[in-house]
Amino acid sequence: MSEQLLEIQCEIPEDSFNPVEPFLRTDRIPHIWCAGCGIGTTVNCFTRALLASGANLDKVAIVSGIGCTGRVAGYMRMDSFHTTHGRAIPFATGLKLANPELQVVVYSGDGDLFAIGGNHFIHAARRNMDIKVICVNNLTYAMTGGQTAPTTPSHVISATAPYGVFEPAFNLVQLADACGASYVARWTTFHVKQLARSMEEVLKKKGFGFIEIVSPCPTLYQRRNKMGDGLDTMKYYKQASKIRHGAPTGECSLTKAGEIVVGKFVDRERPDYYELLQAQMHESLGDRYAEPEVGCSEC
Amino acid sequence: MHADPKGVLTGVHFLDGDHACCEGTLAAGARFAAGYPITPSTEVVERFALRIPTVGGVFIQMEDELAASIAIQGAVWGGAKAFTVTSGPGFSLMMEHIGYAAITETPCVFVNVQRGGPSTGLPTLPAQADMMQARWGSHGDYGIIALCPNSPQECFDLTITGFNLAEEFRVPVMMMLDECVGHMTEKVIIPAADQIEVTPRRYTHKPPAEYHPFEPDGTQVPEMVKAGDGYRFHVTGLTHDERGYPSMNVATQDRLVRRLLDKLKPFSNGRAICDTAGLEDAEVAVVSYGITSRVAQRAIELARKRGVRAGKFRLISAWPFPERHIADLAGRVKAFVVPELNLGQMVHEVERAAAGRARVVPVSHAGGTVHDPEVILKAILEAAK
Amino acid sequence: MAAIQISNALNGMKLATIETEDFMEGSVAKGFVAINVERCKGCSFCVEFCPTHVLALSSAFNSKGYHPPHVVASDKCSGCDLCGMYCPDFAIYGARYAR
Repeated sequence: MSEQLLEIQCEIPEDSFNPVEPFLRTDRIPHIWCAGCGIGTTVNCFTRALLASGANLDKVAIVSGIGCTGRVAGYMRMDSFHTTHGRAIPFATGLKLANPELQVVVYSGDGDLFAIGGNHFIHAARRNMDIKVICVNNLTYAMTGGQTAPTTPSHVISATAPYGVFEPAFNLVQLADACGASYVARWTTFHVKQLARSMEEVLKKKGFGFIEIVSPCPTLYQRRNKMGDGLDTMKYYKQASKIRHGAPTGECSLTKAGEIVVGKFVDRERPDYYELLQAQMHESLGDRYAEPEVGCSEC
Repeated sequence: MHADPKGVLTGVHFLDGDHACCEGTLAAGARFAAGYPITPSTEVVERFALRIPTVGGVFIQMEDELAASIAIQGAVWGGAKAFTVTSGPGFSLMMEHIGYAAITETPCVFVNVQRGGPSTGLPTLPAQADMMQARWGSHGDYGIIALCPNSPQECFDLTITGFNLAEEFRVPVMMMLDECVGHMTEKVIIPAADQIEVTPRRYTHKPPAEYHPFEPDGTQVPEMVKAGDGYRFHVTGLTHDERGYPSMNVATQDRLVRRLLDKLKPFSNGRAICDTAGLEDAEVAVVSYGITSRVAQRAIELARKRGVRAGKFRLISAWPFPERHIADLAGRVKAFVVPELNLGQMVHEVERAAAGRARVVPVSHAGGTVHDPEVILKAILEAAK
Repeated sequence: MAAIQISNALNGMKLATIETEDFMEGSVAKGFVAINVERCKGCSFCVEFCPTHVLALSSAFNSKGYHPPHVVASDKCSGCDLCGMYCPDFAIYGARYAR
């Protein structure tokens, strides 16, 4: 520790604490995310949302896949599951159906959810499964070294596209919208207040909710493309973002250095999977239908 | 504890193996199933879809086997007994998640109604060519339990056993049916619920501050927990310590992975489930399982009529392999004859256990139908010379 | 302004403690900032996005070699906790003084 002194002049009340602290497995901090990575920022917003939504934290389950964002499950002090690559959503489906009282949140990255996990995303959205999907989109496969992801914009250099990506990229909010998600929003890690509010909204809303959060990966994505560090990226988000609530999702594509349309795009009412199941069973079976027990196998 | 009567279809039935297997899952207490259609297994979940809404539970047809094989694990951690059903190509897709179930010690059941392979193979015809895959199909070191019914009645009975073993050992259990057993229709007797023993999930009674989800007690098997009870636990497929936290170092790897295998040792050998007859004076032991064991039964009878002292060693639990039983037998018989509906899989385990002390004669078959008993008989007679 | 020593507090959090009553005359801070120096990775999000420019990156190092922020205008702190929301390393938070 340097001998230099820091000028700090605040008096800190003895009983104060960082609002994020009770939500963390503090015995595992410091985390593995890089300097300037936005994943931790999204976790702060998520904790504020959990507090504001009045969630019973014993009933919140976090399910992650594999990747940098996939590590969120391991740092949050809730029932949390670090599953296989791309399969957080079907795991979450089983978890939710076995115990519908749980608030099941899938917290994973763009590659995990939309490449290997793409099939599961579209079906869970189609079914309007009552799970919330928080997707931190850093436009790359960060954990494995910055390879092309389905979200990597054209002309970007990646580890597997050293001459520039030429594949068209997914527009995640359009995909979620098209598959039938009940709630679709996009923010960046710059928009901490709005993101926390969106997360609170999605936690309170039944059905398949999806929030995309554009986030820096300064070590790989930004560095390889000479786009600066995390701070530079946050300044770019601030300058390039345009809040357009309700914009048609087809007009919200991301590009290498262009405009970022953020906001809430979809917020619709649809019966969720469990409601549909119950309705169909009641209609077909009448009082022969036996309601599943919560945590259904009494052992 | 006794089976929940809601799931027990007590009575005398005429069912095929797939249907009997489904009744077994319900009697065992399964209240969640996820599946994906694949011949010749689909009837298991079709019946479950029909039955479960009046028993009380959920069936969901997932979008693929990758989803089905992990949805069941989510359901287990949500508190349900759960299973999925598939055949060869789907079994291959499920391999990653079998490994996940093994390292996270998630009790669940995978039913594989085996068909001709590899790849799309013979969708409607029997084979037994996934036996090694059941044991070794996922990457890394881990153990599983595999059971081989040879009749619709056993499809019912052994499925309950499979669920019970999954709970006891916190391990994925493979029910290795085949298309013949799955699609043959026979009498199946389902007893009253209070005649059926069901192993309850061993939930912890420790308070959250003291409980570690991967800390074994004296049995090498940790107590279980479910989401929503305030334990705030973590489950990961990464190598983890007793708290469930990723701990990616050599010492933790050694401790964890050895325990995954060691915890099954009480089930191998001493508790191996096998069906034997005529071994006291046998000169040739016929080792078989599943549908082949019924053909072998005929061959053994014919051999005895010809004066050859053939004995039956039927594997009901194929994995962990009952090597001590085979090793003991190897000291007493001239030869083992191992008919299988594959080009040689369990025969290698027999060879390994026999360690050269007796001849081991495979009677292989590329699959598609069952052996002709005469072929097995010929092998027995040759082996006795 | 008196410079203040960093002192160890609970959980290895290095918090500021006041050792002088040297507040600026005539202005009372509405809020305060607490910085966990060891967790900080010097990303500067808090410095950049504090609406009242309470923070600046210091020239000191933590044990990992990063420059943590320090408070340079405590009287301007409203306790809005934007710094806390931005911090990817859970190394800083702000709060209002209870009145």
